[in-house]
Amino acid sequence: MSVDTAVARPSPARPEAGSRVARFRSWLGNPWGRPRFLALWTWLYMAWSIVPVLVAIRIGFNAGRSRSTFQGWSLRWYLHDPELSVLHDESLRHALIQSLEVSGLTMLVATPIGVALALGLARWRGRGSGAANVLMLFPLVTPEIVMGVSLFLVFDQLFARFVPITFGTQTQVLGLVTFTISYVVIVVRGRLFAIGRDYEEAAMDLGASPAEALRRVLLPLLAPAIFAAFMIVFAIAIDDFVISAFLCVQGCETVPIKIYSTARLAPSPSLNALATLMLVASLAAIALAVVAQRRFIARREMGGRSAVEEFARLEI
Amino acid sequence: MPGGDPGVVGERRWYWPAFAAPGILWLVLLFLTPFYTVVAVAMGGLDPIFGQPVPAWSPTSWDPATLRQMVASLLGNPPALFPNLQPVFVRTVVYVFVATAICILIGYPVAYYIARHSGRRRVLLLVLLIAPFWMSYLMRMLAWVNLLQTDGYVNQVLTFLRILPEPRNWLAGDPIAVVLGLVYGYVPYFILPLYAALDRIDRSHLEAARDLGASPARTFLRVTLPLSRQGLLAATVIIMLPMFGDYYTPDLLSGSPHTTMIGNFINQFLHTRFGQPRGASLTFLLSLFVAVLMLYYVLSVARATREARR
Repeated sequence: MSVDTAVARPSPARPEAGSRVARFRSWLGNPWGRPRFLALWTWLYMAWSIVPVLVAIRIGFNAGRSRSTFQGWSLRWYLHDPELSVLHDESLRHALIQSLEVSGLTMLVATPIGVALALGLARWRGRGSGAANVLMLFPLVTPEIVMGVSLFLVFDQLFARFVPITFGTQTQVLGLVTFTISYVVIVVRGRLFAIGRDYEEAAMDLGASPAEALRRVLLPLLAPAIFAAFMIVFAIAIDDFVISAFLCVQGCETVPIKIYSTARLAPSPSLNALATLMLVASLAAIALAVVAQRRFIARREMGGRSAVEEFARLEI
Repeated sequence: MPGGDPGVVGERRWYWPAFAAPGILWLVLLFLTPFYTVVAVAMGGLDPIFGQPVPAWSPTSWDPATLRQMVASLLGNPPALFPNLQPVFVRTVVYVFVATAICILIGYPVAYYIARHSGRRRVLLLVLLIAPFWMSYLMRMLAWVNLLQTDGYVNQVLTFLRILPEPRNWLAGDPIAVVLGLVYGYVPYFILPLYAALDRIDRSHLEAARDLGASPARTFLRVTLPLSRQGLLAATVIIMLPMFGDYYTPDLLSGSPHTTMIGNFINQFLHTRFGQPRGASLTFLLSLFVAVLMLYYVLSVARATREARR
């Protein structure tokens, strides 16, 4: 593909009139040129999407009490402030632990169920499989508030009649698993379609039982997608607000719930410090998953793609 | 194929359904049953003494009174002792459509650039594009609560540039702040699926159009845009759905009754026992209202899956 010759091609004959518009349109349309306007637009977008968060992180390190102007670096709101820092404010510390606990448990429950569901739905062709496929897609598109309200009401009005229900970690995990199973299915199923049935059938022709073929052929091939699924579930669960909030009554505030309830009330930068710590936790989890993936899975099994590209492609 | 695939020797008929069973059971118990509970509470009544909701579990005992009152209120003639929800409903629709339109204007060029032109920078751009997915939505809103304070950076910059004569109070019922908050919150979820769709377009189609003499703009309008239509619609639907149920963005960025959305009322109703039938009715009506969008998305994904499986 000749990159530079294509740039020169559009409209050499066209007169001056509206040349800016013409150039803009050629930037937009030329599939091989270097569209500088689009590049500028994209980088401006990236700056707009990232910089506010960086500013918020910096305010967490503020030496003063202001949440809007920066007055010098310090760890006051993390460690030193005797009452309001994350270290000393019981409710902030508890929110961080609650977030990690709920999202960790959700990840451990949702991923295996989702992987099994993906395998079942991809291979099962009989009666009922169509309906099951459609059912699986609905949690992806249901507005979260509808899921939050309905889960709250079912625990409160129906399940509470049969088993004692306390709104807290258990209900939050049950709700978030319901919300995240479908993401696991989408991620794993995409990979299953790419693999096809050939390897499994070859293994079975060579005498492997279906269980052996699954364990020794299919699961290793699926490993990158399963890692990706763990990452995605953890990220969704730790960032979730609506479902966690509807399924919490008292003493189970996660970090997003804490942000929601105090952002407009208590003006102290320790909230920014708390949010930063949670961001670090989720970045650490991702880094861990990527390292694990690099270490245990040969790159060629991922079709030469990086984990990031794999993720971008998997998100529907 | 009604008969299905013959399967491989050694696999029994129940083999793969057994894998799917736990997940399906989970979704039936914790997705379908809860939704039925919403209907039952909406169609039920209130206990006259304790003010507790009494769900109508059997369709034979459904009483659509609350639902009817809610519909009347949404259409602008509320019964006695009922808030008038018509302005809220109109406001929600306007906010969602304006925010979605801005998302498309901002997001399409970005997705297009990354899919077509990013070259060696692609991985970096994708990392930046995905970064907001690892941050809590609430943290990203908190960032704007900081920036939009009266003495915050936004006001400092705007007054320095003489765009505003004096600092503006953004965080007390300003619709601009709420709509921009929605855009900021949801635009990454728009760009990523659209990027995937644009990335899937076969470059040879574009080369063919150019070789046959189409101008770049024409190539874009006649080839790229139609080929990305499905992805564009899917990305639009995927951000509109949660926006319709949003209540935390207006709460954080405004908190004023002048910017409340439907979601705020659902949230308020649900917080009192006697409000629960109303909250359930409003939730049910919201689901009906967005059902077209949901069905469109589910059916198009289901069709794509069927094709992928062949």
